[in-house]
This record gives sequence, structure tokens and C-alpha cells, in this order.
Amino acid sequence: MKKFWKSGDPFIWLTGVALMFSLLMIAGLLYLIAAKGLGFFWPSNVAEVRLEDSRKLLGEITGHEKVKNTTSGDGTEFIERTQLKIGNRDLYGLDFRWVNNDQIKETTYPEYSVVLERREWGNMYGFIKQITESGSVICTGNQDCWPVLESLIPKFSKIYNEIKSIEKGEIGGINRQIENLRLDIRGLKMKGGDQSEQISKLQAKIEEQEAIYKEKEQKLQVLYKEFSRDKITMTSVDGRDKEMAVGNILRAYRPNAMSWFQKASLYLSKVWEFVSTDPREANTEGGVFPAIFGTIMMVFIMSIVVLPFGVLAALYLREYAKQGALVRLVRICVNNLAGVPSIVFGVFAVGFFIYGLGSTIDGIFYKEALPNPTFGTGGILWASLTLALLTVPVVIVATEEGLAAVPKEIRDGSLALGATKFETTWKIVIPSAMPAILTGLILAIARATGEVAPLMITGVVKLAPQLPIDGYFPYIHLERKFMHLGFHIYDVGFQSPNVEAAKPMVFTTALLLILIVIVLNLTAIIVRNRLKKKYTTSAV
Amino acid sequence: MAIENVKEASENTVPEQIKVHGDPKSSKFRVPDPIVEVNGVNLYYGDKHALKDIYMDIPKNKATAFIGPSGCGKSTLLRCFNRLNDLVDSATVEGEIMIDGEDIYDPSIDITELRKNVGMVFQKSNPFPKSIYENVAYGARIAGENRKSVLDEVVEKSLKGSALWDEVHNRLQDSALGLSGGQMQRLCIARAIAVEPEVLLMDEPCSALDPIATGKIEDLISELKDNYTIVIITHNMQQASRVSDYTAFMYLGELIEYDTTETIFLNPKYKQTEDYVSGKFG
Repeated sequence: MKKFWKSGDPFIWLTGVALMFSLLMIAGLLYLIAAKGLGFFWPSNVAEVRLEDSRKLLGEITGHEKVKNTTSGDGTEFIERTQLKIGNRDLYGLDFRWVNNDQIKETTYPEYSVVLERREWGNMYGFIKQITESGSVICTGNQDCWPVLESLIPKFSKIYNEIKSIEKGEIGGINRQIENLRLDIRGLKMKGGDQSEQISKLQAKIEEQEAIYKEKEQKLQVLYKEFSRDKITMTSVDGRDKEMAVGNILRAYRPNAMSWFQKASLYLSKVWEFVSTDPREANTEGGVFPAIFGTIMMVFIMSIVVLPFGVLAALYLREYAKQGALVRLVRICVNNLAGVPSIVFGVFAVGFFIYGLGSTIDGIFYKEALPNPTFGTGGILWASLTLALLTVPVVIVATEEGLAAVPKEIRDGSLALGATKFETTWKIVIPSAMPAILTGLILAIARATGEVAPLMITGVVKLAPQLPIDGYFPYIHLERKFMHLGFHIYDVGFQSPNVEAAKPMVFTTALLLILIVIVLNLTAIIVRNRLKKKYTTSAV
Repeated sequence: MAIENVKEASENTVPEQIKVHGDPKSSKFRVPDPIVEVNGVNLYYGDKHALKDIYMDIPKNKATAFIGPSGCGKSTLLRCFNRLNDLVDSATVEGEIMIDGEDIYDPSIDITELRKNVGMVFQKSNPFPKSIYENVAYGARIAGENRKSVLDEVVEKSLKGSALWDEVHNRLQDSALGLSGGQMQRLCIARAIAVEPEVLLMDEPCSALDPIATGKIEDLISELKDNYTIVIITHNMQQASRVSDYTAFMYLGELIEYDTTETIFLNPKYKQTEDYVSGKFG
């Protein structure tokens, strides 16, 4: 028995169990998020549930659970109940409904039940009654109207996109120009002296733009009229009619009549919509594209800042500073900096970057716009700098380790050939330490992507009207507020008025965030392995 | 290798205390056409007296071997010749070392120029983590040469000079780290001669190599002797006797004996030298 303990086998088992445990936790986490998130986009069948009291419900079955029956009995026996997504928020007020299983008399899947995804008011479940064009009926009944509806939706989507592009693009551009001209006028007035000639010139330009604006507005009115020309009337399962513009419908499908492949292609198009479009309905529907964009752009800016700073600092610490008590102290401080709670960095950033630097920048370069802050408020630049500050210790530590691992022989070899210390560092030491530097960057990216707390006070918002990059000069707008996946999860999950509807969004967004972290890391790992191959010292 | 005329070993084979054999300055061994002249060099690592009053001349275009037990100061003396000891913070050097008639410890000396003139090959082969081509071209690039035609020429000439060209000429762009140990060491020699130094310092270049690779390097040293002054440190007595023209025996920071290789191995003046070369101690 003593021999058994001495052999070390139990220890090996212990290490194995510890590893297993960690792997299980990771797998469990991923499984939970993937299972809850991935199913969200699948068009499940629409069930018509007939209850004992002869009421009828129509919707997707979204869940089952067992609860203690508190309404009757002694409160200890369990009853099963089913959750239905019944939609029709404009008719019922609530999207979801729980039904006790013992109340259900019959569940059927009517072939003609239609799901409408709408731009407003969420999903509608029901049957088509009729479609009208400028008030006159063009078809009635499910069978006749379905093909008409299918052909109308793309047509109205096109009009909708046209309206959006005029509103956001062209009119947005005009507004921006008018705003810039106004600021120019204000700037001239602040300068003092006689600027009336220039001011009147700018005024003329503003009027010119306003004329264009009127023209566009008229065009918009025509489009809007066309947009609301065709109307559809739906009948809900309990017999109530609801009329709405066909233009309001994003997508219509009849899941009960669809084959598996049709459902799969619909699933993919919904996933694509999720990653490529703006959110709707207080972020509970639509896509998360601005959040993906904001997250990635923020990480990029952070990398651009953190990499040179961290590497330079590590180079000084390792290569040039005289090793001694002071350097050791600095090193300890750097290591400890990595453990400071991130919200503390956020608070620092608000005080230093936003109120300090930002307000100074505004005072010098954006005087005309005051009191409206430009850089003196949260924005993607400040958020990225905060994260850079947060992750710079990681890069410093990793780089230092990489530099320390470069063998002395190689440095001596370079020096013996007449290279200066700078040339040796630049041409031999840094390339050799590159894999370690990139490892530091990978860790920094992984930490930065998942960070939310400091961002909440340095520039992340629930809904950003514009992306930080667009087609208007200077194209990259670092002062803009932005959306972020991590914050999006928090916002949708805990700040949403419609918790049930938002729940699947939380899981899908979390899954997406994990995927983005994986993709960013993989990219860096592939680059690092390429370099490693190039620079590894051989075993000989 | 047989040593003839071996003197009778005394009862005390390992000397406990080395006596200084006369005044090192007046007894300095004279060589023809010296390129390196060491005059009264003392070197301290902090408090430790690592080199004690060294006087020696190193002849041009000959191979000179430094032998002696570990820690006797051979490497330290060698690293004085290209001032690599400057990298050790605690090291201080006294005395003068003349190369080509210039004192290399004079403050006006450009260290990078000196190191281009005095190349070095290390004990552990240390190719840079770059391609074979870039390893050899490194010195020339540092010197500011960037024309491809010139670099190509330098690389080819140096690799031919180190007898490596035939083995690697069709994979110059491969990583130098994929070479064998012997090839790596010859690559390091090629890298060193690419900057056309006058003096080539070799710090135990074969200690990590197998006999065949060692033989190749020794052949190479014999060839290089025609154009370069070679100073080689070795722990291998046979190697010293095979490749060198002159041999210096050092012990505890002192230069005990310096003479032609023949004299040192066959007819040494001092007993410690004899004991060391015959393998009685060390």
C-alpha cells in the first residue's frame, strides 16, 4: 500500500480528474449556450391549442416545465405546463402564454397558419383573410392570398430600403452638411471682426441644401404613399381581424407546410439577418450587426495602441534598464496592475480621458460645437484606450518573458559581427521574441473582448444610430458612441421590457460573442504559429 | 598522439600553487609578424582577478591555440580581442591590446569597426533564426550593403570559404535552424568571414560536434589560416596539436607558457604545461 502511494499513481489520477472537471465545465457552458441559442432561429411548427373551456390559442410551443400547483390542492403536487409564443402583441399585449397541460383538449397543426415577421409589434400568428390594393380587395382566403403575399413582400422590401437609404443616407448627409455649415458660421462669429461676406456665403449654401432637402422630402412622401398602398387583413385564431400594411411585413412563412430543406434555408437566412442587420423593437428582434462591428473595431483600436506601448515598455525594462531593486519594483507594479478591477480603469478613464483629455480637445478643436461635447463624452476611442490600459500589463509581461528567452549566444553572435545593440535588438531579438509578443496580444484580445464594465461608462450605448465608420469625411469617427456585444447581452437580458422575447437573444448573442473571441484568437494563434515555425531554435 | 621526451613526473602531480615563472614582461615570447599585441593586460570581474598581467603576441595568418583547464581565463582573454567583455557590467580591463598597431581599448576606437575586423565563432553554434542566406548576409547588411548582387556574391564566397556551399546552395532560403550541428557551426564561420575580418576568434568551435564534423572544421581551419589569423580555444589536446602553429597554456588567469605548438607538446619548459598536455591534470 505504501508502495502504491509512493508510485505517484494517485497523484496522476488526481491531475487527470482535475483536468476532466475543467473540460466538463467548459463543454457544459458551451453546450448550454449553443443549445439555447442555436434553436432560436429554427422555424418551428405553429400549433393550434384548443383548451377545455373552448378557447383557442395559436403559436409556437417554446417550452415545458413542471411547477408546484399553488392554485388548488395542498400546494405540493406538481403539474406540467406548456409555454406558447402566441405573438400578436398588438392584439393580446403579451407574446407568451403558459397553459397547464391538463387544460389542453387538443393540439393540431393547421396547414394554413401563417407566421408574419413584422417591422413593428413582433410576430403575428394567424390566417390570411384578404389583401387590398388602394382599398379594393384583390384576393380573399388563405389559398388565394398566399402567392400574392409572397410576391408582394420583396416588392415592398425594395421600397422600404429605398426609403431608408433616402432617410439615413441622403437626408442624413444633407443634415450633416447643414450642421457643419452652421458650426462654420458660429466659428466665424466667435472669431469676431467683419466676416459678414463669408457668413452670407455660407448662409446661401445652407439654403441651397435646404432646398435639396425639401425635394427629397417630397420624394419620400410619394414613396410612403406607395408603401402603404397594399394592406393585408389577418384573422387571429380567436376570430379577431387585424389590418396592416404589407410593407410592414418583413417575412411571411407557413412552417406547417414547409419541408425540412425549406426550413433549413429559412433558418440560414434568419441567422444571416441576425449578424448583418440592425436591431429592432428595443433590441429584442432583428440583428446585432452594429454590436459586432463595434466590438471588433474597438478590439482593433485597442490592439493598435496596446501592442507598441507594451512592447516598448517591456524592451526598456528587459534590455536597457539597469536590473535592480527599482526595476523589480516596477515589474511588481505592472503585474499588479493586471489585477486591478476593470471598473476602476473605467472610472479612471472617465476622469482622465473624457473629462481631462476629451474636454481639452473640444476646447481647442471643436469650440464651435460647445456646449455639445465631441470628444468630451464617451466614445469608441476612449473605450479602446481604457481597454488598452487594462491589457497593457499582459502584453508587457508576455513580451518580457519572450525577450528573456532569447539566448545570449544569439545576441553575442550579432554583436560580434559589428552590430550595435539597437541593431541586434531590432533585427534579432524582437523577431525571435515575436511569438511571445503575439501570445501577449492574444491574451489581451481575449480579455478585452469580454470586458463590459469599464465600457458602460466610457462610450457604449444601447442603440447607436451610426456606425463609427461611414462614408462621410473623415470616414473614421472615433468620437462616436458604439454598441458592444457584451453590453448588448446585459441590455437585452436585464434591461428589456419584454424579457421572455429577449431570452433567446441573450443566448444567441452570447454564443456570437464567444465565436468572435474564438475567431480573433485563432487568427492571432495562426499568425503566431507561422512565426514560431520561422523562428524556433532547433533542438540540436 | 605520442609525446616523446616526456619528462619524469614528479611526486606531486597536481600543483597546488602556481609560481610565477619570472617576469612576464621580460620573458614575453617573440613571434614573427605579430598582428595582436597584448601588453600587461589585467582584467577584473568585480573583485575577482581573472587575467593577471598577460603579455603575448599573436602572429599574422597563423593558428594560435589557447589551452588550459576550465576557468583559467582563455575565453576571457579571447573576448578581450573583440571587446565582447564590455557587455559584462562588472568587468574592468587594464593594460593595452594592440591590433594592427592600434590600441583597441582607446576611447576613440569604433567598437563596431573593431568587431567587423575581429570575427568570432562561439562554442555553441548560434545561427540567427533566419534563412541561411540572411544569416550569412547579416554582417554585410549591418554594414549598410543592400545591393542584391553584392550580397549574393558575399554569401556564395563565404559559404564556399567555409566548405558549406555544396551542401546548401540549393536551399539558401531555408531556415538555418534546419541544418545539422556541424553545418550550423560552419554556417557561423561563413557568417564570420563574410565581413572579411583579419582575425577570427574561435571559442571551442568543435566541443559540441561529432568526430566527422570536427574533422571538417579542422580541415577548414587549416585552409582559412592562409587568409586569416586564427585564435582557437580548445580542450582537445590532439586538436590543438593538429591545427595550431602556436600554443599558449593558461592557468588560473596567468599565461604560463607560450611557444610553438611543437615545443609546448614535445618539450615544454614548465612542469605544469607538461602535466596538462600529457593529461596528468586538467
